[in-house]
Amino acid sequence: MRILIKEGHIVDPSQGIDVIGDILIEDGKIKEVISQKSDVRSRKAPPHQPPLSKGGIKGGVSSELRTIAAEGMFVIPGLIDMHVHLREPGYEYKETIKTGTAAAIKGGFTTVCCMPNTYPINDNASVTEFIIRKAALEGLCTVLPIGAITKGQKGEELVEMGTMKDQGCVAFSDDGLPVMNSLIMRRALEYSKAFGVPIISHCEDLTLSEDGVMSEGLLSITLGLKGVPAEAEQIMVFRDILLAELTRGRLHIAHVSTAGSVKLIRDVKKRGANVTAETCPHYFSLTEDSVKGYDTNAKVNPPLRTKKDIEAIKEGLKDGTIDVIATDHAPHNRDEKLREFDFAPSGISGLETALSLSMKLVDEGVLTMSQLVEKMSLNPARILGLNGTLKSGADADITILDTKKEVRVEAEKFASKGKNTPFDGWMLKGFPFITISKGRINEWQ
Amino acid sequence: MLTEKDLLGIKELSVEEINLILDSAAAFKDVLGRDIKKVPTLRGKTTVNVFFEPSTRTRTSFELAAKRLSTDVINFSVPTSSVVKGESLIDTALTVQALGADFIIIRHFSAGVPHLLAKKLKASVINAGDGTNEHPTQALLDAFTIKEKKEKVEGLNIAIVGDIAHSRVAKSNIYCLTKLGAKVRLIGPPTLIPEETEDLGVVVFHKMEDGLKNVDVVMMLRIQMERQGKGFFPSTEEYSKNWGLTLDRLSLAKGDVIVMHPGPMNRGIEISSEIADGPRSVILEQVTNGLAVRMAVMYLLAGVKK
Amino acid sequence: MSKEFFNKKDIDRALTRMAHEITEKNKGTERLCLVGIQRGGVHLAKRLASKIKVIEKKEIPVGSLDIAFYRDDLSIRKEQTIVRKTDVPFEVTDLKIILVDDVLFTGRSIRAAMDALIDLGRPAAIQLAVLIDRGHRELPIKADYVGKNIPTSLSENVEVQLEEEGLEDRVILEKMGFEE
Repeated sequence: MRILIKEGHIVDPSQGIDVIGDILIEDGKIKEVISQKSDVRSRKAPPHQPPLSKGGIKGGVSSELRTIAAEGMFVIPGLIDMHVHLREPGYEYKETIKTGTAAAIKGGFTTVCCMPNTYPINDNASVTEFIIRKAALEGLCTVLPIGAITKGQKGEELVEMGTMKDQGCVAFSDDGLPVMNSLIMRRALEYSKAFGVPIISHCEDLTLSEDGVMSEGLLSITLGLKGVPAEAEQIMVFRDILLAELTRGRLHIAHVSTAGSVKLIRDVKKRGANVTAETCPHYFSLTEDSVKGYDTNAKVNPPLRTKKDIEAIKEGLKDGTIDVIATDHAPHNRDEKLREFDFAPSGISGLETALSLSMKLVDEGVLTMSQLVEKMSLNPARILGLNGTLKSGADADITILDTKKEVRVEAEKFASKGKNTPFDGWMLKGFPFITISKGRINEWQ
Repeated sequence: MLTEKDLLGIKELSVEEINLILDSAAAFKDVLGRDIKKVPTLRGKTTVNVFFEPSTRTRTSFELAAKRLSTDVINFSVPTSSVVKGESLIDTALTVQALGADFIIIRHFSAGVPHLLAKKLKASVINAGDGTNEHPTQALLDAFTIKEKKEKVEGLNIAIVGDIAHSRVAKSNIYCLTKLGAKVRLIGPPTLIPEETEDLGVVVFHKMEDGLKNVDVVMMLRIQMERQGKGFFPSTEEYSKNWGLTLDRLSLAKGDVIVMHPGPMNRGIEISSEIADGPRSVILEQVTNGLAVRMAVMYLLAGVKK
Repeated sequence: MSKEFFNKKDIDRALTRMAHEITEKNKGTERLCLVGIQRGGVHLAKRLASKIKVIEKKEIPVGSLDIAFYRDDLSIRKEQTIVRKTDVPFEVTDLKIILVDDVLFTGRSIRAAMDALIDLGRPAAIQLAVLIDRGHRELPIKADYVGKNIPTSLSENVEVQLEEEGLEDRVILEKMGFEE
């Protein structure tokens, strides 16, 4: 099966490419990227293209060709989401690997890394193996498991990182929970060095956040809801950064949500430490005001904060302090969210809106398109040792997106089982037109 | 005319609406003074009290108000209901509606619950206290009591003393009294009065002697024993010594000061018995006024076109 | 489009006649009292009491009655009725009460007023005095003392304007739907 993507605006920071051109895909791999600039004189089909024949075999190579007209659209390496909750095994009523990956490709992601807070928790090789097997059978894109740091995510004993890495884990995190015990966190960072994997930290001081359900401030007082001070995140960011410097392990800070955290990360990077960081679209798109009216769709952990925090996060993305935009895709069942604000689970179903929300950063001049692709594809690839590139020979993981058409977000129509999003009804641009995962074309009207 | 079918909080009421409720309450207080303390105006309507938190005084007050308006009243008390069997909040509410409730009076330990029900149900939802958010009818009856005794609320110096952070009564009163133009002061330990509260248009004091100077009204809040264990204050003795209302402290206020308390009181801790039983106290009148105010609220809500 | 039916003199003459009729029918003022229905009836009740005082040289008690809580049309009225004062500062039991209203129309206000009175006590008798009877009864209610009968159609409105309300004394008949 050959695919020719014609006349798209190709942006591939891994090769420093930003041109109008064509991409040829053969048997699930990228064959060649042809910039139109180099072919400026002859606007005909590239010379290497064999003659078409309908469905027949020519010389052992299938020559069935699908041409995709990508004029006016961006063609970028498939996005990599390093923070997703696929909920399987154990919470299939919220999401499955099948529905989660369907949502991923609809959002333009060709690789997702799933967090271990499933049931049972992914803290041993058998659960890792299950996820990999299920994904191979039913997943619509690449699924890479992230293992827990501690057994049962209890924060007491380390998991068998080596064995789990061999089974397929690409990183380790107790996400959903922090590792409260500093000694254990230290050991995790030290031990991970043997296997060259990053430790992804969910930074939250549980004693300060207690039963908080939103950002602490005047709004939490007037709504009568318990608040979480920004310091609950910042204290743990600081602690983890110091431990990373102490151990020289690889630390990746998950879902950065406060201005204070951005500043701490910026400072430690100046000192040359091996620390990377991610944020999520809701942290640069919404403030705590979204919680007004007790809308549980805006209940998320870490909570939504203030305009100042949004500004700081955008600054952090611009100057490279924040390396990655991930989704923290957290689907929940409708009935679970339709209840008392205090008891509704935290989380936003974010796979299908992430790219278009992030495109706004390009519109606003915060990032160039190339930088956006870095945040959502190249940098995650570098951190996890993956591809994230359109180089010849790479897997054909490609996202083609339409940045002109404005579409209304309709949660009911999400491919994800989770319809819990505060962006329902928003008009956004920048939805994927076609997502190609290992050469397989996924498209929708 | 009230504009919304529900009473969720003072935040959602305009000054005109607050005054309308207070004026109507005066007429209902008249009714309560007659031999026949009942009017047929809401005959045939059904009121359901859904209380997830125990409360005798508020629930009885609402029940009596509903009966005096001639509605039929059902009490739905959580420990004796299927909520214990794991029924969701929404299902409980829809069941209550299916029974034909026109008024649902809800008290819940979680903020925002009345708002959720108001969205989902056709009935008029009255907030009888939701977590640490609001207790609007309490603030309305407090304002009514102040107006009765002092003829107006505007311009008065009013001190609210105690656990502001966890008190829905305090919050609703802050919103109500500031809307009506009073000068509100909060007095209490820093752990129980978050700094941001000043942005609500009040002045914060941490010493009784400073805050009580020249006040026209002192509103004492009940100190909850549970807070003691969590580092908010070291002991009730210490609390009482520093923030308890004694005759000495009360003498710093104006000569005709009135003392209020939403009840139930911790005699000897936040308020001395001599004050509670003394001539400056209007605590029992608050209870009577509560009945009139709740009747007024139900009457006015019934008149909102749905 | 409105037409003046009664002017100040007409109103005064009618009230004088009604005061005479009341004292004639009740053979004096013993155990007699007047209760005006808010708002129009209240002023008229006070005026009748003054006139009766001139005739009989005796003062009779006057009260005012708000019927908001006894209405039967709570759910269909466009606007909720404003609640006004009920001030009946005397025991109604065993008294002859003359209910006073400005306009008698469907009779429902009078029904509500009777319910309100009976909740206050047990009157010996209730009689009805109205300034204008415009017909179109929906209940079997009849006035004992009438200032004037004005036949009207349902598309018309009768309004009694009084000095006590800051207007000139007169009764006007309006055709509805013409004005805005």
